[in-house]
Amino acid sequence: MAVTETVPRSEALPITIRRVTKTYGQVFALDHVDLDVKSGEFLTLLGPSGSGKTTLLMALAGFTRPDHGSVSFGDTEVVRMPPHKRDVGMVFQNYALFPHMTVAANVAFPLKLRKVAKAEARERAERALETVQLGGYGERQIDQLSGGQRQRVALARAIVFEPRILLMDEPLSALDKKLREHMQIELRHLHEQLGMTTVYVTHDQREALTMSDRIAVINHGRLMQLDEPRRLYDRPANRFVADFIGEGTFLPVELSNGSAAYAGTPLKLAEAVNETAAQELLLRPERLSVLAGAAEPEVNVFAGKVKELVFQGESFLMYAALADGAEVAVRGATNRDVMERIPAVGADVHLGLHRDDTVLVAAGED
Amino acid sequence: MRNWLNAPASETQITHGQRLWLYVLAGIIMILLVAPTVIVIPMSFSASQYLEFPPREWSTRWYDHYFASAEWMSATWTSLTVGTLTMLVATPLGVMAAYGLHVSNFRYAQFIFITLITPMMVPIVLIGIGVFYVYVQLRLVNTILGITLAHSILAIPLVVIVVGAALKTYDMNQERVARSLGATRLYAFLAITLPQIRFSVITAALLAFITSFDEVVIAMFISGGDNSTLTRSMFNALRDQIDPTIASISTIMVLVSTTLLVASQIFGKDKGK
Repeated sequence: MAVTETVPRSEALPITIRRVTKTYGQVFALDHVDLDVKSGEFLTLLGPSGSGKTTLLMALAGFTRPDHGSVSFGDTEVVRMPPHKRDVGMVFQNYALFPHMTVAANVAFPLKLRKVAKAEARERAERALETVQLGGYGERQIDQLSGGQRQRVALARAIVFEPRILLMDEPLSALDKKLREHMQIELRHLHEQLGMTTVYVTHDQREALTMSDRIAVINHGRLMQLDEPRRLYDRPANRFVADFIGEGTFLPVELSNGSAAYAGTPLKLAEAVNETAAQELLLRPERLSVLAGAAEPEVNVFAGKVKELVFQGESFLMYAALADGAEVAVRGATNRDVMERIPAVGADVHLGLHRDDTVLVAAGED
Repeated sequence: MRNWLNAPASETQITHGQRLWLYVLAGIIMILLVAPTVIVIPMSFSASQYLEFPPREWSTRWYDHYFASAEWMSATWTSLTVGTLTMLVATPLGVMAAYGLHVSNFRYAQFIFITLITPMMVPIVLIGIGVFYVYVQLRLVNTILGITLAHSILAIPLVVIVVGAALKTYDMNQERVARSLGATRLYAFLAITLPQIRFSVITAALLAFITSFDEVVIAMFISGGDNSTLTRSMFNALRDQIDPTIASISTIMVLVSTTLLVASQIFGKDKGK
């Protein structure tokens, strides 16, 4: 791979989105969205279906014109610019390859439009195919390709003219799980290699966490949180984000004088309490542990009874009822010493949560 | 034969024997549909002065008569000209309308669609009367242009429906991706969409031609004199002199129409996946 010639690294452009709004009838598809995509960044728009993430991507591509607001690529305002002048590479969910053309003709299509000489176009198309590891596939017909290969051709076609911005709309959703996970890593490497500003849309939180430099979580046309994957998972801004990314149980807490308590017991918290909004305690199943003896000083302890225990192969899932009746889920690896510590169904259990994992989120934002 | 009667006719357990009545019924219906068309073929080869079936003597004299007659040749030429022009007018207009209706999210698109296909639902004689009165004002009666435009009214709905159906199964994202890669909307349509719906467009064009070529009601009102269409002249001939020339012309027309229909089916099937 290192030996073959590939598409050169491109000069990336930042994207600035300001107060972009789009309504369909009474419904806000986008509600005053502000977002800065840094130059060369891999940013994912993550949200449930109907959240507005695709509408935002289409606004970047030029297929949806916002009611108001501004979108700029670098210093150029593009909100009224037609799609074909924006010079962005785009990959669609179903690839949208041209079935009446060969692979090479598909990839060379943007070069033909840019009046690149035939010989050079052929060479650059082949180079783009090399970049996606499909060197030598140029003469094939589209219907001779597998799903993963089609995906790569679509990608080659989107990068062959060295656009400074690359947009992708759920490009991996049609692939099976194994191939999808493989392509996630490959896309990530490709992005590091080519360096173009990339905006990626998905509803798959794991995919977003795997690939992105930063993730913008969107719901009801609004930006819920914009953060790096780790921070988004560990410190979600509100209940919607916490619930959408990963699993979680939410417990009510009492706030007083900058501290929080659950069921009368003060909590050791990772960060200071924000008392301007109602808060809930987020318990992630895999961050809870089953305690054997006395807890370490930095650990919050929750006492309850084991209600159900499910063995799932590489992990176990336990449901425990706390003293006030709240049910929490606990997930852990099924190695020997953990499994030995788990009490029988019906027995008392002590669950530990480290201070750093003890996080409050703004309540009820969903 | 016995085996065949008892063999299952489909995935269900119904045998061909149990289906026999259905086959017979279908056969009768097909014969009834085709017979009136086919019956003119033997009649056209009659040697008699009059239309008769079955002919007592055979000859091709009425074909000779048709090809030798300046009047019939002129009418044929008019029909072919009008048919071709109708095809050239109705196809692009119909394709544009179908495309526009398909891509637009205009609130009244459905209303416009209904309006466009109204000519298929209104009695043609009404269109004939209406067109005649308008054409008297515009001095378009008995002109090639006039007949072409009137026939296009009938042909456009067919084009809109055929091409519209093709667009429904076409992935519009292809055009979007082409535009994002730098193509203007028109170029994206011509280079990406049109090649993929071309079989439907060709089918629609052939249907437009046949619509005009077979049309008689409107032609009765607005075609005459030197620009009398073939169907119109045939109608007059039937009224004035009943000789088997009509049958020979009918046979030729059946041949032309069938060829075009078969062609459209072949085009439509090819790569039609």
